[in-house]
Amino acid sequence: MKIKETCTVIGQERIAQDVYSLWLQTGRIASQARPGQFVSLYSADGSRLLPRPISLCEIDDVQGRLRLVYRVVGKGTKEFSALSEGDTLDVLGPLGNGFPMEEAAGKRIFLIGGGIGIPPMLAAAQALESDRENKMLVMGYRDELFLDQELAAAGTLYVATEDGGAGVKGNVLDAIRSYGLAADLIFACGPRPMLRAIQEYAADRNITCYLSMEERMACGVGACLGCICASTGVDDHSRVHNKRVCKDGPVFLSTEVEL
Amino acid sequence: MNTKVRIAGVELKNPVMTASGTFGSGVEYSEFVDLSRLGAVVTKGVASVPWPGNPTPRIAETCGGMLNAIGLQNPGIDVFCSRDIPFLRRQNTRIVVNVCGRSTEEYCEVVERLGHEPVDLLEINISCPNVKEGGIAFGQNPRAVEEITLAVKRVARQPVIMKLSPNVTDITETARAAEAGGADALSLINTLTGMKIDVERRAFALANKTGGLSGPAIKPVAVRMVYQAAQAVGIPIIGMGGIATAEDALEFILAGATAVSVGTANFRNPRATVEIAEGIEAYMARHGVEDLSTLIGAVR
Repeated sequence: MKIKETCTVIGQERIAQDVYSLWLQTGRIASQARPGQFVSLYSADGSRLLPRPISLCEIDDVQGRLRLVYRVVGKGTKEFSALSEGDTLDVLGPLGNGFPMEEAAGKRIFLIGGGIGIPPMLAAAQALESDRENKMLVMGYRDELFLDQELAAAGTLYVATEDGGAGVKGNVLDAIRSYGLAADLIFACGPRPMLRAIQEYAADRNITCYLSMEERMACGVGACLGCICASTGVDDHSRVHNKRVCKDGPVFLSTEVEL
Repeated sequence: MNTKVRIAGVELKNPVMTASGTFGSGVEYSEFVDLSRLGAVVTKGVASVPWPGNPTPRIAETCGGMLNAIGLQNPGIDVFCSRDIPFLRRQNTRIVVNVCGRSTEEYCEVVERLGHEPVDLLEINISCPNVKEGGIAFGQNPRAVEEITLAVKRVARQPVIMKLSPNVTDITETARAAEAGGADALSLINTLTGMKIDVERRAFALANKTGGLSGPAIKPVAVRMVYQAAQAVGIPIIGMGGIATAEDALEFILAGATAVSVGTANFRNPRATVEIAEGIEAYMARHGVEDLSTLIGAVR
Protein backbone atom coordinates (compact mmCIF):
# COMPACT_ATOMS: atom_id res chain seq x y z
CA MET A 1 0.00 0.00 0.00
CA LYS A 2 1.56 3.28 -1.18
CA ILE A 3 0.82 6.39 0.81
CA LYS A 4 1.47 10.07 0.14
CA GLU A 5 1.67 12.03 3.35
CA THR A 6 3.24 15.08 4.92
CA CYS A 7 6.03 14.04 7.27
CA THR A 8 7.76 16.02 10.01
CA VAL A 9 11.52 16.30 10.34
CA ILE A 10 12.72 14.97 13.70
CA GLY A 11 16.31 15.96 13.03
CA GLN A 12 19.01 16.16 10.42
CA GLU A 13 22.79 16.12 10.50
CA ARG A 14 25.63 16.07 8.01
CA ILE A 15 27.52 12.80 8.50
CA ALA A 16 30.15 13.10 5.74
CA GLN A 17 31.06 15.42 2.87
CA ASP A 18 27.72 16.10 1.08
CA VAL A 19 26.07 13.16 2.93
CA TYR A 20 23.11 13.92 5.20
CA SER A 21 21.14 11.84 7.70
CA LEU A 22 17.47 12.80 7.98
CA TRP A 23 15.03 11.31 10.50
CA LEU A 24 11.37 11.69 9.55
CA GLN A 25 8.22 11.13 11.58
CA THR A 26 5.78 9.50 9.17
CA GLY A 27 2.12 8.71 9.62
CA ARG A 28 1.78 5.23 8.16
CA ILE A 29 4.66 4.90 5.69
CA ALA A 30 7.26 3.57 8.15
CA SER A 31 4.94 0.89 9.52
CA GLN A 32 4.48 -0.52 5.98
CA ALA A 33 8.13 -0.28 4.90
CA ARG A 34 10.66 -3.07 4.33
CA PRO A 35 14.44 -2.91 3.82
CA GLY A 36 15.36 -2.27 0.20
CA GLN A 37 12.28 -0.18 -0.50
CA PHE A 38 12.47 3.56 -1.07
CA VAL A 39 10.44 6.71 -0.66
CA SER A 40 10.00 9.67 -2.99
CA LEU A 41 10.54 13.13 -1.52
CA TYR A 42 8.83 16.17 -3.04
CA SER A 43 10.49 19.55 -3.31
CA ALA A 44 8.62 22.45 -1.73
CA ASP A 45 9.57 24.44 -4.84
CA GLY A 46 6.93 23.84 -7.52
CA SER A 47 9.46 24.45 -10.29
CA ARG A 48 11.07 21.14 -9.29
CA LEU A 49 8.28 18.82 -10.30
CA LEU A 50 9.64 15.36 -9.85
CA PRO A 51 9.96 13.51 -6.56
CA ARG A 52 13.45 12.35 -5.54
CA PRO A 53 13.72 8.62 -4.82
CA ILE A 54 15.72 7.96 -1.62
CA SER A 55 16.50 4.58 -0.07
CA LEU A 56 15.53 3.65 3.50
CA CYS A 57 18.48 3.56 5.88
CA GLU A 58 16.64 2.71 9.07
CA ILE A 59 13.00 1.77 9.69
CA ASP A 60 11.49 2.31 13.13
CA ASP A 61 8.08 0.78 12.60
CA VAL A 62 7.14 1.06 16.27
CA GLN A 63 7.49 4.83 16.40
CA GLY A 64 6.68 5.28 12.71
CA ARG A 65 10.04 6.83 11.86
CA LEU A 66 12.34 6.58 8.88
CA ARG A 67 16.00 7.43 8.60
CA LEU A 68 17.12 8.56 5.15
CA VAL A 69 20.80 8.98 4.35
CA TYR A 70 21.40 10.66 1.01
CA ARG A 71 24.02 12.57 -0.93
CA VAL A 72 23.49 16.13 -2.12
CA VAL A 73 23.79 15.88 -5.90
CA GLY A 74 21.58 18.71 -7.16
CA LYS A 75 19.09 21.40 -6.30
CA GLY A 76 16.44 19.06 -4.90
CA THR A 77 18.72 17.25 -2.46
CA LYS A 78 20.35 20.61 -1.60
CA GLU A 79 16.90 21.84 -0.55
CA PHE A 80 16.31 18.73 1.60
CA SER A 81 19.69 19.18 3.30
CA ALA A 82 18.48 22.52 4.69
CA LEU A 83 15.51 20.97 6.50
CA SER A 84 15.64 20.95 10.28
CA GLU A 85 13.58 19.77 13.25
CA GLY A 86 9.90 20.63 12.92
CA ASP A 87 9.97 21.26 9.15
CA THR A 88 7.59 19.27 7.00
CA LEU A 89 8.09 17.40 3.77
CA ASP A 90 5.73 15.55 1.40
CA VAL A 91 6.67 11.89 1.02
CA LEU A 92 5.33 9.06 -1.16
CA GLY A 93 6.01 5.51 -0.11
CA PRO A 94 6.93 2.88 0.60
CA LEU A 95 7.86 2.18 -3.02
CA GLY A 96 9.44 -0.78 -4.76
CA ASN A 97 9.81 -4.41 -3.75
CA GLY A 98 12.59 -4.51 -1.14
CA PHE A 99 15.07 -7.28 -0.33
CA PRO A 100 13.71 -10.83 0.07
CA MET A 101 14.62 -11.01 3.77
CA GLU A 102 13.03 -14.44 4.21
CA GLU A 103 15.64 -16.01 1.91
CA ALA A 104 18.41 -15.19 4.37
CA ALA A 105 17.31 -17.63 7.08
CA GLY A 106 20.16 -19.92 8.08
CA LYS A 107 22.50 -18.61 5.38
CA ARG A 108 25.85 -16.86 5.39
CA ILE A 109 25.06 -13.52 3.78
CA PHE A 110 27.06 -10.67 2.27
CA LEU A 111 25.42 -7.28 2.53
CA ILE A 112 27.47 -5.18 0.13
CA GLY A 113 27.18 -1.43 -0.17
CA GLY A 114 29.14 1.06 -2.23
CA GLY A 115 29.07 4.84 -1.72
CA ILE A 116 25.53 6.13 -1.40
CA GLY A 117 24.39 2.51 -1.86
CA ILE A 118 25.55 1.87 1.71
CA PRO A 119 22.51 3.31 3.58
CA PRO A 120 19.90 0.71 2.50
CA MET A 121 22.25 -2.08 3.62
CA LEU A 122 21.97 -0.84 7.21
CA ALA A 123 18.18 -1.34 7.17
CA ALA A 124 18.72 -4.83 5.77
CA ALA A 125 21.39 -5.65 8.38
CA GLN A 126 19.19 -4.51 11.25
CA ALA A 127 16.26 -6.61 10.03
CA LEU A 128 18.23 -9.84 9.54
CA GLU A 129 18.15 -12.21 12.47
CA SER A 130 21.28 -14.13 11.40
CA ASP A 131 24.23 -14.61 13.78
CA ARG A 132 26.83 -11.83 13.64
CA GLU A 133 29.47 -14.01 11.99
CA ASN A 134 27.07 -15.00 9.22
CA LYS A 135 26.03 -11.39 8.62
CA MET A 136 29.02 -9.94 6.76
CA LEU A 137 28.66 -6.26 5.90
CA VAL A 138 31.15 -5.32 3.18
CA MET A 139 31.16 -1.59 2.57
CA GLY A 140 33.12 0.34 -0.02
CA TYR A 141 33.87 4.02 0.51
CA ARG A 142 35.85 6.51 -1.53
CA ASP A 143 37.61 7.89 1.57
CA GLU A 144 35.48 9.28 4.40
CA LEU A 145 33.49 6.67 6.37
CA PHE A 146 29.87 7.14 7.40
CA LEU A 147 27.32 4.86 9.14
CA ASP A 148 30.25 2.61 10.08
CA GLN A 149 29.35 2.55 13.79
CA GLU A 150 25.73 1.61 13.12
CA LEU A 151 26.83 -1.04 10.61
CA ALA A 152 29.36 -2.52 13.04
CA ALA A 153 26.58 -2.78 15.63
CA ALA A 154 24.29 -4.62 13.19
CA GLY A 155 26.76 -7.26 11.94
CA THR A 156 30.41 -7.94 11.19
CA LEU A 157 31.74 -4.95 9.25
CA TYR A 158 34.46 -5.15 6.60
CA VAL A 159 35.54 -1.90 5.00
CA ALA A 160 37.26 -1.05 1.73
CA THR A 161 38.38 2.46 0.81
CA GLU A 162 39.76 3.66 -2.51
CA ASP A 163 42.62 5.50 -0.81
CA GLY A 164 43.29 2.80 1.79
CA GLY A 165 42.64 5.28 4.60
CA ALA A 166 40.50 2.67 6.39
CA GLY A 167 40.13 -1.10 5.95
CA VAL A 168 41.36 -2.71 2.75
CA LYS A 169 42.68 -0.46 -0.02
CA GLY A 170 40.51 -1.10 -3.06
CA ASN A 171 36.90 -2.08 -3.66
CA VAL A 172 34.41 -4.38 -1.94
CA LEU A 173 35.58 -7.47 -3.84
CA ASP A 174 39.15 -6.71 -2.78
CA ALA A 175 37.89 -6.69 0.81
CA ILE A 176 36.08 -10.02 0.36
CA ARG A 177 39.26 -11.63 -1.06
CA SER A 178 41.56 -9.99 1.43
CA TYR A 179 39.56 -11.18 4.45
CA GLY A 180 38.91 -14.59 2.85
CA LEU A 181 35.13 -14.29 3.16
CA ALA A 182 32.53 -16.60 1.65
CA ALA A 183 28.72 -16.48 1.56
CA ASP A 184 25.62 -18.33 0.30
CA LEU A 185 23.58 -15.22 -0.45
CA ILE A 186 24.33 -11.63 -1.50
CA PHE A 187 22.33 -8.41 -1.20
CA ALA A 188 24.06 -5.40 -2.79
CA CYS A 189 23.49 -1.77 -3.62
CA GLY A 190 25.92 0.68 -5.19
CA PRO A 191 27.27 2.14 -8.41
CA ARG A 192 26.77 0.28 -11.66
CA PRO A 193 30.42 -0.91 -12.07
CA MET A 194 30.33 -2.38 -8.55
CA LEU A 195 27.05 -4.16 -9.24
CA ARG A 196 28.45 -5.53 -12.49
CA ALA A 197 31.50 -6.94 -10.68
CA ILE A 198 29.32 -8.50 -7.97
CA GLN A 199 27.00 -9.97 -10.61
CA GLU A 200 30.03 -11.69 -12.17
CA TYR A 201 31.42 -12.77 -8.78
CA ALA A 202 28.08 -14.38 -7.88
CA ALA A 203 27.73 -16.06 -11.28
CA ASP A 204 31.24 -17.56 -11.06
CA ARG A 205 30.49 -19.06 -7.65
CA ASN A 206 26.83 -19.88 -8.29
CA ILE A 207 25.69 -17.71 -5.38
CA THR A 208 22.15 -16.32 -5.25
CA CYS A 209 22.55 -12.58 -5.51
CA TYR A 210 20.12 -9.64 -5.35
CA LEU A 211 21.11 -6.22 -6.67
CA SER A 212 19.37 -2.95 -5.88
CA MET A 213 19.29 -0.67 -8.92
CA GLU A 214 19.02 3.05 -9.46
CA GLU A 215 17.63 5.05 -12.39
CA ARG A 216 16.13 8.47 -13.15
CA MET A 217 12.45 8.26 -12.20
CA ALA A 218 9.32 10.29 -12.77
CA CYS A 219 6.19 8.64 -11.36
CA GLY A 220 7.86 6.17 -8.96
CA VAL A 221 4.86 3.83 -9.14
CA GLY A 222 5.33 1.92 -12.41
CA ALA A 223 3.15 3.99 -14.73
CA CYS A 224 5.45 6.16 -16.81
CA LEU A 225 8.13 3.62 -17.86
CA GLY A 226 10.88 6.18 -17.32
CA CYS A 227 13.16 4.07 -15.11
CA ILE A 228 13.55 0.75 -16.87
CA CYS A 229 16.56 -1.54 -16.75
CA ALA A 230 17.45 -4.17 -19.32
CA SER A 231 16.24 -7.61 -18.23
CA THR A 232 17.34 -11.04 -19.42
CA GLY A 233 13.77 -12.33 -19.55
CA VAL A 234 10.62 -10.83 -21.03
CA ASP A 235 9.06 -8.44 -18.55
CA ASP A 236 5.46 -8.86 -17.41
CA HIS A 237 4.41 -5.29 -18.04
CA SER A 238 5.50 -4.45 -21.60
CA ARG A 239 6.52 -7.93 -22.80
CA VAL A 240 9.91 -6.68 -23.95
CA HIS A 241 13.16 -6.85 -21.96
CA ASN A 242 12.66 -3.83 -19.74
CA LYS A 243 11.86 -4.21 -16.05
CA ARG A 244 10.67 -1.17 -14.15
CA VAL A 245 13.18 -0.20 -11.47
CA CYS A 246 10.54 1.61 -9.36
CA LYS A 247 7.91 -1.14 -9.43
CA ASP A 248 9.45 -4.50 -10.42
CA GLY A 249 12.59 -3.51 -8.46
CA PRO A 250 14.60 -1.75 -7.28
CA VAL A 251 15.87 -5.15 -6.06
CA PHE A 252 16.46 -7.73 -8.81
CA LEU A 253 18.01 -11.16 -8.95
CA SER A 254 21.46 -10.66 -10.49
CA THR A 255 20.57 -13.16 -13.20
CA GLU A 256 17.49 -11.22 -14.34
CA VAL A 257 19.14 -7.90 -15.20
CA GLU A 258 21.75 -6.87 -17.76
CA LEU A 259 24.11 -4.25 -16.40
CA MET B 1 -24.83 21.25 -11.44
CA ASN B 2 -24.01 19.53 -14.73
CA THR B 3 -20.36 18.67 -15.35
CA LYS B 4 -21.06 16.32 -18.26
CA VAL B 5 -19.49 16.98 -21.63
CA ARG B 6 -19.74 15.14 -24.96
CA ILE B 7 -16.94 14.18 -27.32
CA ALA B 8 -18.20 12.85 -30.66
CA GLY B 9 -21.42 11.61 -29.08
CA VAL B 10 -19.67 9.97 -26.12
CA GLU B 11 -20.78 11.44 -22.82
CA LEU B 12 -18.13 11.95 -20.13
CA LYS B 13 -19.29 12.47 -16.53
CA ASN B 14 -16.82 15.33 -16.23
CA PRO B 15 -14.19 16.85 -18.51
CA VAL B 16 -11.14 15.43 -16.69
CA MET B 17 -9.16 12.77 -18.52
CA THR B 18 -5.65 11.42 -18.11
CA ALA B 19 -2.91 12.30 -20.59
CA SER B 20 -1.58 9.36 -22.56
CA GLY B 21 1.71 7.91 -21.35
CA THR B 22 1.58 9.37 -17.86
CA PHE B 23 -1.00 7.03 -16.39
CA GLY B 24 -0.33 3.58 -17.89
CA SER B 25 -3.74 1.95 -18.18
CA GLY B 26 -4.71 3.26 -14.76
CA VAL B 27 -3.73 0.20 -12.71
CA GLU B 28 -0.87 1.90 -10.85
CA TYR B 29 -2.79 5.10 -10.07
CA SER B 30 -5.92 3.23 -8.99
CA GLU B 31 -4.12 2.89 -5.62
CA PHE B 32 -4.49 6.66 -5.22
CA VAL B 33 -7.61 7.66 -7.11
CA ASP B 34 -11.05 6.21 -7.76
CA LEU B 35 -10.94 5.96 -11.55
CA SER B 36 -14.74 6.18 -11.70
CA ARG B 37 -14.38 9.83 -10.65
CA LEU B 38 -12.67 10.61 -13.97
CA GLY B 39 -14.32 11.54 -17.24
CA ALA B 40 -12.08 9.05 -19.02
CA VAL B 41 -8.82 7.17 -18.77
CA VAL B 42 -6.60 7.68 -21.81
CA THR B 43 -4.17 4.80 -22.06
CA LYS B 44 -0.49 4.71 -22.83
CA GLY B 45 0.04 4.40 -26.60
CA VAL B 46 -0.38 0.88 -27.93
CA ALA B 47 1.10 -0.50 -31.15
CA SER B 48 0.52 -3.65 -33.18
CA VAL B 49 3.46 -5.42 -31.50
CA PRO B 50 5.50 -4.78 -28.32
CA TRP B 51 7.90 -1.82 -28.55
CA PRO B 52 10.99 -1.70 -26.32
CA GLY B 53 11.32 2.10 -26.26
CA ASN B 54 14.52 4.11 -25.89
CA PRO B 55 17.67 3.61 -23.78
CA THR B 56 17.94 5.31 -20.36
CA PRO B 57 18.15 7.98 -19.06
CA ARG B 58 14.66 8.63 -20.39
CA ILE B 59 13.75 11.37 -17.90
CA ALA B 60 15.23 14.76 -17.08
CA GLU B 61 13.76 17.52 -14.96
CA THR B 62 13.79 21.11 -16.19
CA CYS B 63 12.59 24.31 -14.52
CA GLY B 64 8.82 23.93 -14.14
CA GLY B 65 8.77 20.94 -16.43
CA MET B 66 10.36 17.70 -17.48
CA LEU B 67 11.72 16.06 -20.59
CA ASN B 68 10.88 12.48 -21.45
CA ALA B 69 12.08 10.20 -24.18
CA ILE B 70 10.37 6.94 -23.31
CA GLY B 71 9.95 6.04 -26.96
CA LEU B 72 6.47 4.51 -26.71
CA GLN B 73 7.45 1.32 -24.88
CA ASN B 74 4.28 -0.79 -24.88
CA PRO B 75 3.22 -4.45 -24.76
CA GLY B 76 1.43 -4.49 -28.10
CA ILE B 77 -2.26 -4.81 -28.88
CA ASP B 78 -2.67 -8.51 -27.94
CA VAL B 79 -1.60 -8.12 -24.31
CA PHE B 80 -3.36 -4.78 -24.11
CA CYS B 81 -6.69 -6.30 -25.16
CA SER B 82 -6.43 -9.31 -22.88
CA ARG B 83 -5.12 -7.52 -19.79
CA ASP B 84 -5.72 -3.76 -19.80
CA ILE B 85 -9.16 -3.47 -21.38
CA PRO B 86 -10.79 -5.94 -18.93
CA PHE B 87 -9.29 -3.93 -16.05
CA LEU B 88 -10.56 -0.64 -17.45
CA ARG B 89 -14.04 -2.05 -18.09
CA ARG B 90 -14.43 -2.64 -14.35
CA GLN B 91 -13.70 1.02 -13.49
CA ASN B 92 -16.94 2.71 -14.59
CA THR B 93 -15.15 5.34 -16.64
CA ARG B 94 -14.83 5.99 -20.35
CA ILE B 95 -11.95 4.23 -22.11
CA VAL B 96 -9.86 6.13 -24.63
CA VAL B 97 -7.13 4.07 -26.27
CA ASN B 98 -4.10 5.91 -27.59
CA VAL B 99 -2.80 4.28 -30.77
CA CYS B 100 0.75 4.52 -32.14
CA GLY B 101 2.42 3.06 -35.20
CA ARG B 102 5.41 3.31 -37.53
CA SER B 103 3.33 3.34 -40.69
CA THR B 104 -0.24 3.95 -41.79
CA GLU B 105 -0.72 0.18 -41.98
CA GLU B 106 0.40 -0.28 -38.37
CA TYR B 107 -1.97 2.40 -37.09
CA CYS B 108 -4.84 0.87 -39.07
CA GLU B 109 -4.07 -2.63 -37.83
CA VAL B 110 -4.43 -1.52 -34.21
CA VAL B 111 -7.52 0.58 -34.96
CA GLU B 112 -9.20 -2.35 -36.73
CA ARG B 113 -8.38 -4.66 -33.86
CA LEU B 114 -9.88 -2.22 -31.36
CA GLY B 115 -13.09 -2.10 -33.41
CA HIS B 116 -14.12 -5.33 -31.73
CA GLU B 117 -13.26 -4.15 -28.22
CA PRO B 118 -15.41 -2.26 -25.71
CA VAL B 119 -13.51 1.03 -25.95
CA ASP B 120 -15.25 4.39 -26.29
CA LEU B 121 -12.82 6.54 -28.25
CA LEU B 122 -9.55 6.21 -30.13
CA GLU B 123 -6.77 8.78 -29.82
CA ILE B 124 -4.30 8.59 -32.69
CA ASN B 125 -0.79 9.63 -31.68
CA ILE B 126 0.76 11.37 -34.67
CA SER B 127 2.85 13.63 -32.50
CA CYS B 128 5.32 11.64 -30.40
CA PRO B 129 8.68 13.44 -30.68
CA ASN B 130 10.68 10.46 -29.42
CA VAL B 131 10.42 7.83 -32.15
CA LYS B 132 12.16 7.89 -35.50
CA GLU B 133 9.32 6.55 -37.63
CA GLY B 134 5.65 7.29 -37.24
CA GLY B 135 4.81 9.67 -34.44
CA ILE B 136 5.68 13.23 -35.21
CA ALA B 137 6.67 12.45 -38.81
CA PHE B 138 2.94 12.19 -39.53
CA GLY B 139 2.01 15.14 -37.39
CA GLN B 140 4.01 18.03 -38.81
CA ASN B 141 2.80 17.98 -42.40
CA PRO B 142 -0.85 18.95 -42.96
CA ARG B 143 -1.21 16.68 -46.00
CA ALA B 144 0.17 13.70 -44.04
CA VAL B 145 -2.19 14.52 -41.17
CA GLU B 146 -5.17 14.50 -43.50
CA GLU B 147 -4.09 11.27 -45.17
CA ILE B 148 -3.52 9.33 -41.97
CA THR B 149 -6.79 10.63 -40.58
CA LEU B 150 -8.65 9.47 -43.69
CA ALA B 151 -6.99 6.06 -43.53
CA VAL B 152 -7.77 5.58 -39.85
CA LYS B 153 -11.35 6.81 -40.23
CA ARG B 154 -11.92 4.32 -43.03
CA VAL B 155 -11.35 1.37 -40.66
CA ALA B 156 -12.32 2.83 -37.26
CA ARG B 157 -15.52 1.73 -35.56
CA GLN B 158 -15.14 4.20 -32.70
CA PRO B 159 -14.88 7.99 -32.95
CA VAL B 160 -11.35 9.16 -33.75
CA ILE B 161 -9.41 11.84 -31.89
CA MET B 162 -6.25 13.02 -33.64
CA LYS B 163 -3.52 14.05 -31.19
CA LEU B 164 -1.61 16.99 -32.64
CA SER B 165 1.95 18.17 -32.21
CA PRO B 166 2.82 21.68 -31.05
CA ASN B 167 6.08 21.44 -32.99
CA VAL B 168 4.60 23.24 -36.01
CA THR B 169 4.54 26.82 -37.22
CA ASP B 170 0.76 27.06 -37.44
CA ILE B 171 -1.40 24.69 -35.37
CA THR B 172 -4.51 25.69 -37.31
CA GLU B 173 -3.12 24.06 -40.46
CA THR B 174 -2.79 20.61 -38.90
CA ALA B 175 -6.04 21.08 -36.97
CA ARG B 176 -7.92 21.85 -40.20
CA ALA B 177 -6.18 18.98 -41.97
CA ALA B 178 -7.35 16.51 -39.32
CA GLU B 179 -10.87 17.88 -39.53
CA ALA B 180 -10.78 17.60 -43.34
CA GLY B 181 -9.68 13.98 -42.97
CA GLY B 182 -12.78 13.26 -40.91
CA ALA B 183 -11.45 13.47 -37.35
CA ASP B 184 -14.20 13.50 -34.74
CA ALA B 185 -12.13 15.45 -32.22
CA LEU B 186 -8.61 16.77 -31.59
CA SER B 187 -6.21 16.40 -28.66
CA LEU B 188 -3.59 19.06 -28.16
CA ILE B 189 -0.86 19.61 -27.31
CA ASN B 190 1.58 16.73 -27.23
CA THR B 191 5.00 17.60 -25.79
CA LEU B 192 7.34 20.26 -27.19
CA THR B 193 10.66 18.91 -28.43
CA GLY B 194 13.42 19.98 -26.07
CA MET B 195 16.97 19.27 -24.95
CA LYS B 196 18.97 19.46 -21.74
CA ILE B 197 22.74 19.34 -21.40
CA ASP B 198 24.56 18.34 -18.22
CA VAL B 199 27.44 20.82 -18.14
CA GLU B 200 29.42 18.93 -15.47
CA ARG B 201 29.46 15.75 -17.54
CA ARG B 202 29.36 17.66 -20.85
CA ALA B 203 26.74 15.25 -22.08
CA PHE B 204 23.07 15.17 -23.02
CA ALA B 205 20.78 14.58 -20.05
CA LEU B 206 18.74 12.09 -22.12
CA ALA B 207 20.16 9.10 -23.97
CA ASN B 208 17.92 10.09 -26.89
CA LYS B 209 19.48 13.62 -26.85
CA THR B 210 16.06 15.23 -27.35
CA GLY B 211 12.85 14.64 -25.45
CA GLY B 212 9.32 15.94 -25.06
CA LEU B 213 8.87 18.87 -22.70
CA SER B 214 5.80 18.73 -20.47
CA GLY B 215 4.60 20.28 -17.22
CA PRO B 216 3.53 23.77 -16.13
CA ALA B 217 6.32 25.36 -18.21
CA ILE B 218 4.42 24.62 -21.45
CA LYS B 219 0.92 25.64 -20.33
CA PRO B 220 0.75 29.12 -21.91
CA VAL B 221 1.81 27.66 -25.26
CA ALA B 222 -0.84 24.97 -24.95
CA VAL B 223 -3.63 27.39 -24.00
CA ARG B 224 -2.74 29.59 -26.96
CA MET B 225 -2.78 26.64 -29.37
CA VAL B 226 -6.08 25.30 -28.04
CA TYR B 227 -7.58 28.77 -28.49
CA GLN B 228 -6.27 29.03 -32.07
CA ALA B 229 -7.42 25.53 -32.99
CA ALA B 230 -10.85 26.15 -31.46
CA GLN B 231 -11.26 29.18 -33.71
CA ALA B 232 -10.23 27.15 -36.76
CA VAL B 233 -12.29 23.96 -36.50
CA GLY B 234 -15.80 22.88 -35.56
CA ILE B 235 -14.93 19.58 -33.87
CA PRO B 236 -14.38 19.28 -30.10
CA ILE B 237 -10.93 19.78 -28.63
CA ILE B 238 -9.35 17.99 -25.69
CA GLY B 239 -6.88 20.42 -24.18
CA MET B 240 -3.69 19.45 -22.39
CA GLY B 241 -0.23 20.73 -21.58
CA GLY B 242 0.86 21.54 -18.04
CA ILE B 243 -2.50 21.24 -16.32
CA ALA B 244 -1.89 20.83 -12.58
CA THR B 245 -4.89 22.55 -10.95
CA ALA B 246 -8.59 23.18 -11.58
CA GLU B 247 -7.73 26.76 -12.55
CA ASP B 248 -5.38 25.45 -15.22
CA ALA B 249 -8.09 23.12 -16.54
CA LEU B 250 -10.61 25.97 -16.63
CA GLU B 251 -8.20 28.11 -18.66
CA PHE B 252 -8.23 25.45 -21.37
CA ILE B 253 -12.02 25.10 -21.22
CA LEU B 254 -12.54 28.87 -21.46
CA ALA B 255 -10.10 28.89 -24.39
CA GLY B 256 -12.29 26.38 -26.21
CA ALA B 257 -11.51 22.88 -24.93
CA THR B 258 -14.47 20.56 -24.32
CA ALA B 259 -12.39 18.30 -22.07
CA VAL B 260 -8.88 18.30 -20.59
CA SER B 261 -6.14 15.77 -19.97
CA VAL B 262 -3.89 15.76 -16.91
CA GLY B 263 -0.44 14.26 -17.37
CA THR B 264 2.81 15.31 -15.74
CA ALA B 265 0.90 16.63 -12.71
CA ASN B 266 0.22 13.00 -11.72
CA PHE B 267 3.94 12.59 -10.99
CA ARG B 268 3.91 15.42 -8.48
CA ASN B 269 0.48 14.64 -7.06
CA PRO B 270 -0.95 11.16 -7.68
CA ARG B 271 -4.41 12.53 -6.84
CA ALA B 272 -4.17 15.49 -9.24
CA THR B 273 -6.91 14.23 -11.61
CA VAL B 274 -9.58 13.83 -8.95
CA GLU B 275 -8.61 17.05 -7.19
CA ILE B 276 -8.97 18.90 -10.49
CA ALA B 277 -12.43 17.39 -11.07
CA GLU B 278 -13.45 18.49 -7.56
CA GLY B 279 -11.92 21.93 -8.08
CA ILE B 280 -13.95 22.45 -11.25
CA GLU B 281 -17.13 21.67 -9.31
CA ALA B 282 -16.11 24.11 -6.58
CA TYR B 283 -15.49 26.79 -9.21
CA MET B 284 -18.90 26.17 -10.75
CA ALA B 285 -20.56 26.45 -7.34
CA ARG B 286 -18.64 29.62 -6.53
CA HIS B 287 -19.60 31.28 -9.81
CA GLY B 288 -23.15 29.91 -10.04
CA VAL B 289 -22.38 27.95 -13.22
CA GLU B 290 -25.18 25.43 -13.78
CA ASP B 291 -23.78 23.73 -16.86
CA LEU B 292 -20.08 23.31 -17.54
CA SER B 293 -20.66 23.40 -21.29
CA THR B 294 -21.52 27.10 -21.03
CA LEU B 295 -17.86 27.73 -20.13
CA ILE B 296 -16.44 26.05 -23.23
CA GLY B 297 -14.83 28.74 -25.38
CA ALA B 298 -16.47 31.45 -23.30
CA VAL B 299 -13.42 33.73 -23.55
CA ARG B 300 -13.10 35.03 -27.10
